[in-house]
Amino acid sequence: MTGDRPPRASATFPPHVIAEIHRAAGQGIYSIRGGGARRPLPNFDDLVFLGASVSRYPLEGYRERCGTDVTIGTRFAGKPVTLKIPITIAGMSFGALSANAKRALGLGASAAGTSTTTGDGGMTEEEREASDILVYQYLPSRYGMTPDQLRRADAIEVVIGQGAKPGGGGMLLGQKVSERVAGMRVLPPGIDQRSASRHPDWTGPDDLEIKIRELREITDWEKPVYVKVGATRTGYDVGLAVKAGADAVVVDGMQGGTAATQDVFIEDVGIPTLPAVRMAVDALKELDMHRKVQLIVSGGIRTGADVAKALALGADAVSIGVAALMALNCNAPLWPEDYAALGVSPGHCDQCQTGRCPVGITTQDPVLERRLDPEEGGRRVRNYLATLAMECQMLARACGKSHVHNLEPEDLAALTLEAAAMARVPLAGTDWIPGWSR
Amino acid sequence: MSAREEIDLDAVPVRRLNRLLQGRDSARQAGSFDVLNPRGRHALAAGLVDPIDVVIHGHAGYYCAGMNQQARVTVAGNAGTGVAENMMSGEVRVHGDASQSAGAAGWGGLLAIGGDASARCGISMKGIEIVVGGSVGHMTGFMAQAGCLVVCGDAGAAFGDSIYEAELYVLGEVETLGADCVEKDMDDRHVARIGELLGRAGFAADASAFRRYGSARQLYHFRIDNAAAY
Repeated sequence: MTGDRPPRASATFPPHVIAEIHRAAGQGIYSIRGGGARRPLPNFDDLVFLGASVSRYPLEGYRERCGTDVTIGTRFAGKPVTLKIPITIAGMSFGALSANAKRALGLGASAAGTSTTTGDGGMTEEEREASDILVYQYLPSRYGMTPDQLRRADAIEVVIGQGAKPGGGGMLLGQKVSERVAGMRVLPPGIDQRSASRHPDWTGPDDLEIKIRELREITDWEKPVYVKVGATRTGYDVGLAVKAGADAVVVDGMQGGTAATQDVFIEDVGIPTLPAVRMAVDALKELDMHRKVQLIVSGGIRTGADVAKALALGADAVSIGVAALMALNCNAPLWPEDYAALGVSPGHCDQCQTGRCPVGITTQDPVLERRLDPEEGGRRVRNYLATLAMECQMLARACGKSHVHNLEPEDLAALTLEAAAMARVPLAGTDWIPGWSR
Repeated sequence: MSAREEIDLDAVPVRRLNRLLQGRDSARQAGSFDVLNPRGRHALAAGLVDPIDVVIHGHAGYYCAGMNQQARVTVAGNAGTGVAENMMSGEVRVHGDASQSAGAAGWGGLLAIGGDASARCGISMKGIEIVVGGSVGHMTGFMAQAGCLVVCGDAGAAFGDSIYEAELYVLGEVETLGADCVEKDMDDRHVARIGELLGRAGFAADASAFRRYGSARQLYHFRIDNAAAY
């Protein structure tokens, strides 16, 4: 008899697994969605700062200066870019995002003194006009990539992978391939557009070195050249990017978002941002390139504390994508009936791939897009960036640092064994780093 | 007739050559240049923007004439990987063979290769016209979006794989066709198109003997019925 016992769910087949099996059996194709990994992962929440006390003294929060500026491209670029805050807007395509969203991100980043980044499909006029500092992504598909746009950019980011799908290409489902998007990418409107996973004219680090030299030749050695990788074999990838001549390396952990990727890719490929930062810094130090080749970290950055922790582990800057969209009202409790039509509710929506974004961000539908006012969106992004920077400064001052780049691993303790091992930070209350010390 | 200017790469670095050809130190809009002793160096004549004439006397390395706009570049030798990659306009001629990814992602202009082209010729092409006097390697025309590729010899395996709207023509044998690439009917317009491209490339062949390939457009949407094709 089982009727008088409470039901016990299977750990192997919890409800979401059962639901996915039912969905797959019905549809016969993988699930595609937006957003980042849903599963719990070791992250920056598992670290805490050791604020100053008797053994260290803090800086006065409202009086003493704590710098936040960062210059990227000091290795080879004739015109490095200097940002007022160490927080940039990550690459997101026009196509995945509406033109209004791209413009809002540019306006917000410019007001905060930082950069924004193009994406697959090239540069839009709205984006260039709104962005004081614009990083131009050079992607495997080369959709929309022209030498004139390359020369109009302030920096170039050679994209090899992203945290949501290292080793995978991209996709933009037909409902978002409007006439304008298709025209920029030279594709038929309405098709499910595939972006290649490998660059068409180079393979491997030796070729990458030659490719970077070509990009520099075409842009007169002015632009900083970033190399972006999804976090996997991060130590090797960062080392090879440095060897290939990168001015900066962008490492995107598996919490990084996407507008449309297979769920199995998002959840099961890549490593979290937390160990990736440490691995990247190790690789740079091994090559004596730490602080010479700038490290930009992304994937699940949400708060000023996340920013400060990434910097304390050795990053020069961070990049935000999903969080910046949330500043634009992604998942805000507006238009509830439109969330319901997607089968989700505010706070749980990752249906970017449908092109039916209730708040006008990840859509090409002109009616939906009008729900996002780019000027107001720009103000919100600017406010959010300013908040992140102030929080980061506050934590740095509490640790006695006159610049956020002076934060260091010694300022941190880990709350979990996993975080201690991944970040190589002692478990709080001990001097033990699992895997690194006895 | 203006004199041709010689640049000896045994005496000056590639950086100086490209700055000169890109007109960064002058307001020059035209001119003729002979590049001596290229010795397989990379990114020669990359990023040109003016309608100048450049002859590279010898073999070029990777990305020769990359992202070309308006210039006429001739390689009197062989060309390495990615010759005329992302070309927007102008003409690039290779007298010898070209390595892999010739004309990759090109938007416009004419790329004429006298010898063979290796793998992935015309990959992701976006409007460029490519004429190959010899044969092409595997995965040629992969994800080719727009433009025209004429092959006077044979084509290697997986020809035109995942092709979009580019037109492909082959005179010889095709080892295998890639996913969603099919042979299509030829009519007088296609013969005329081949003839016109052969003429501009300076190659002689019977335009009516070519076969035409293009997209079956069956993989434009992700569907369970297509799973076996990927």
